[in-house]
Amino acid sequence: MTMTQPDVLGLWKELEARVAAGDRFAGLFASFATQGHAVTLSAHVATAGDVDTMEVTLPPGAAGYPALTPLIGAAFWYERVIHDQFGLVPEGHPRLAPLLRPGYPLPRHVEGYGLFTIPHGPVRSGVMESIEYLVETPGEAIPHLNMRVFYKHRGVESRFTGLTLSDGVLLAERTEGIASVAHALAFCHAAERVAGCEVSPAAALVRVLHAELERIANHLDVAVRLADAAGLAVATARMALHKERVMRLVSRMCGSRFGRGVVVPGGVTALPGLSPAELSAELDKLSRPIAADAAALMATSSFLDRLRGTGPLTPARARQHGALGPIGKAAGFADDDRLARPYDAYSSLGLEPGRAHAAGDALARLRVRWEEVDSSFGLLRRAADDLSAERAADPPLVPCEPPSGRAVGWAEAPQGEVLYDVSLQEGRIVRCHPRSASFHNLVLMHEVFAGDILTDFPFIEASFGLSVAGVAL
Amino acid sequence: MSVWVLRGLRDGVVTTRWPAKPDAYDDAWRGPAQVTGPADQGSTDRHNDLTDLCPTGAITVADGTVRVDQGRCILCGRCVTERPGVFAWSQGATGPAALAREQLIIPELPETDAAVQAARARLAERTRALRRSVHVRHVDAGSDGSEEWEIQALLGPVYDVHRLGVFITASPRHADVLLVTGAGAHGMSVPLRTTYDGMPHPRVVIAIGTDAVSGGLLADSEATTGGVGATVPVDIWLAGSPPSPFGILNALLIAVGYLTPEGRRSR
Repeated sequence: MTMTQPDVLGLWKELEARVAAGDRFAGLFASFATQGHAVTLSAHVATAGDVDTMEVTLPPGAAGYPALTPLIGAAFWYERVIHDQFGLVPEGHPRLAPLLRPGYPLPRHVEGYGLFTIPHGPVRSGVMESIEYLVETPGEAIPHLNMRVFYKHRGVESRFTGLTLSDGVLLAERTEGIASVAHALAFCHAAERVAGCEVSPAAALVRVLHAELERIANHLDVAVRLADAAGLAVATARMALHKERVMRLVSRMCGSRFGRGVVVPGGVTALPGLSPAELSAELDKLSRPIAADAAALMATSSFLDRLRGTGPLTPARARQHGALGPIGKAAGFADDDRLARPYDAYSSLGLEPGRAHAAGDALARLRVRWEEVDSSFGLLRRAADDLSAERAADPPLVPCEPPSGRAVGWAEAPQGEVLYDVSLQEGRIVRCHPRSASFHNLVLMHEVFAGDILTDFPFIEASFGLSVAGVAL
Repeated sequence: MSVWVLRGLRDGVVTTRWPAKPDAYDDAWRGPAQVTGPADQGSTDRHNDLTDLCPTGAITVADGTVRVDQGRCILCGRCVTERPGVFAWSQGATGPAALAREQLIIPELPETDAAVQAARARLAERTRALRRSVHVRHVDAGSDGSEEWEIQALLGPVYDVHRLGVFITASPRHADVLLVTGAGAHGMSVPLRTTYDGMPHPRVVIAIGTDAVSGGLLADSEATTGGVGATVPVDIWLAGSPPSPFGILNALLIAVGYLTPEGRRSR
C-alpha cells in the first residue's frame, strides 16, 4: 500500500505516530520522481502482515528537507545515504558525514586526556570484508566507535536500473553474497506482486529449503567466528566442519554452495537434485552432531564468560530502532517476516515463535541463533516431507512477466529482514532499492560498547553476524 | 575442556587428500560455461543471438567461432539451459585458473599461448624463491562476501591449507601471496595498492573469483574498476562466482609452484 503526503513534516509526524503505535520503521530512501527532476522520499513501515510505503515529493530544486532522524533515530544512516546520493541536506541531522562516498577524517567524538583513536581497517587481520572501525579509546575501554563503510561501495543499486528481471535476480543474489537466497526471494516477491503471480506449492517448498539451509550455514559461521575469537581450536574446527557439510548439501541440491540460480521470478529453476527422502536422511546426519556440538559449546564456561554481558543492546533501544533478526530477538524485539508477514510455504509449515529473550548481549544473540538453527531443521524436515507427497508433479516455474508497476518484497535473511522496493516498466527494472538487514542493524554497533574493552571487539562484531557487502551496496 | 578433546576425535580425519589424491567433490564441481558445439547447433527461434544470452557479455561470436570468456562467467547457467548444444558446464573445481587473463577465453585465441608462456616464465622465477611455504594476505576490494567464506573454508578442517604450508598472515610485510576478491571498488583502490606495495619481493597476486577478474555483473558500475587488474598486477586469474575452495586451493598451489596450471605436480 502506497500513500502520499503533501508535505515532509506531515509525513514525518504520521510516521512517528505509526511507529509509536507499534509499526516498525523499515527504511527511507530517495529517488527521482517519475516526472521532472523533483525528488521523492519513500519511507517503508512494516505493519502487521504488510509493508507500507509512505511518500512525499519535494518541490523541484529543493536543496534540503527537514530531517527525520531527530524524530526517528533509526533513519540516521538512511539520511546520510540520501545526502550522498542526491546532495539533499536533511536539516537538523545530527552528523551528516558521508557514508557511501569517501569522507574526510571524522572529528573525535570523545575528548579527554590520553584518548586516542585506533584505526582498524579497511584491510584487517584475517579474512574479512573491508570496513574501517575507528575505535576511540583511553587504552582499554571503548567509549565510542565510528564506522566507515564506504570502502566497498560497489554501486549495486544503480546497476539494477535497466536490467531485465532475470538479470536483476542474478544481481540480487550478489548484493549480499552470504544471504543470496534471501535477497533473491525478496526481489522475486516484489516482482511476483507486480505480476500478481503465485508460485506453485512445490516451488514455495523448495524456496523454504534453500532459505533455511542458508540460515543454518550463516549461524554456523557466526559460531565459527565466536569460537575462534575465544581461542577454542576444536570448537572452531567442529563448527567449520558442520558449515562445510551444510554448504555441500546445498551444492548437491542445486550446484551452487550458496543456493544461487535457484530462486527466479515465478518459482524456482528446478527441483532439488536430491529426492526428499535423501534430503531427510542428510538432514538427520547434520542436525544431531550440530545440536551436540552446540550444547557442548554452550556448556564451555570459558567461552560463555566472554559472551555474557558483552555488547548489550537494551530492549528499549532494540524496539525503538526496530532491530532486525537475531540482534532484535536477543533484546526482546522479535519481528520475524516468516511469522509476521509469511511468504512462500512458511504459513503452512507451522513455524513457532522463538523463546523470548531480554538480555540483548552476545550470549543471547548466540542463543537465538541456536534456537533458529533448531527451528530451521524442523522447517526443513516438514518441507521435505511435504515435497515428497504429491508435489513433485507441480511445475517448478510458472510464467511471471510483470507489466509496469511497483511493489515491495521481503524475506527473512539469516541477518534479519531483507526488503526490496522494485519499480518495473515493460519488463525492465526502472529502479530497485535493496535494503539488507546488515544495513539497518550495523548502525547499532555504535551503541553496544558500554563497559566493553578492546578484546571484546571480535566477539561483538561476530555476534552481530552482518555482511559489509549488504551495507555498502 | 576434555569434552572438546573427545569431540575433536569424533569424526576421525575429515581432511581431503587433494591434491595427492583426487577428491570426488572436486571432480563433481560445476565450473564456468564452456563451448561444446558450433554456433548453429540446435538453434531455435529463440536466442539465435548467442551474445545476447549472457548477462555479463562473456559470449562472443567471431567468424563463426563461439567463445566464452570464463573470466566473465558468473555461472548463472542461462546459456547452458537455453542452448545446450553450444554450451555446457565445465567439470571440476580446479579448472579455470589462468596465468594470463586471455587464457580464460575459450577456445583459445591465437595470441594467448605467447602471453601464457611469458606469464609462466615471470611466475616461475618468483615461485622458486617462495620454496613452497607461503604466508598469504587477503584484501577484499568490493566482494559480495561469498568469496571470503570460501577462503575461510580453506582454514577449516576439510581443506586445511596448513598441511600444505600455506598460512594466513595479518601483515602485508609478512605476505608472499596476495588474494584479492571483489569487483575493484574505487574506495578500496588505495588500500589495495598500499597493501601490495607493503609486501616484500617476490610476491604473487591472485584474483579470486569472476568479480575480481572482470567485475562480473558490476563491471560497468560507476563505483568499480571492473576487476582488480586495474589496481594491482595479477599473476593468477581464478574464475567462479564464487570459486569453490578447491579452486582457490589450486590457485594457491600454482602460486607456490606445487602445481602447474595444467594440474600436474611439479617436482
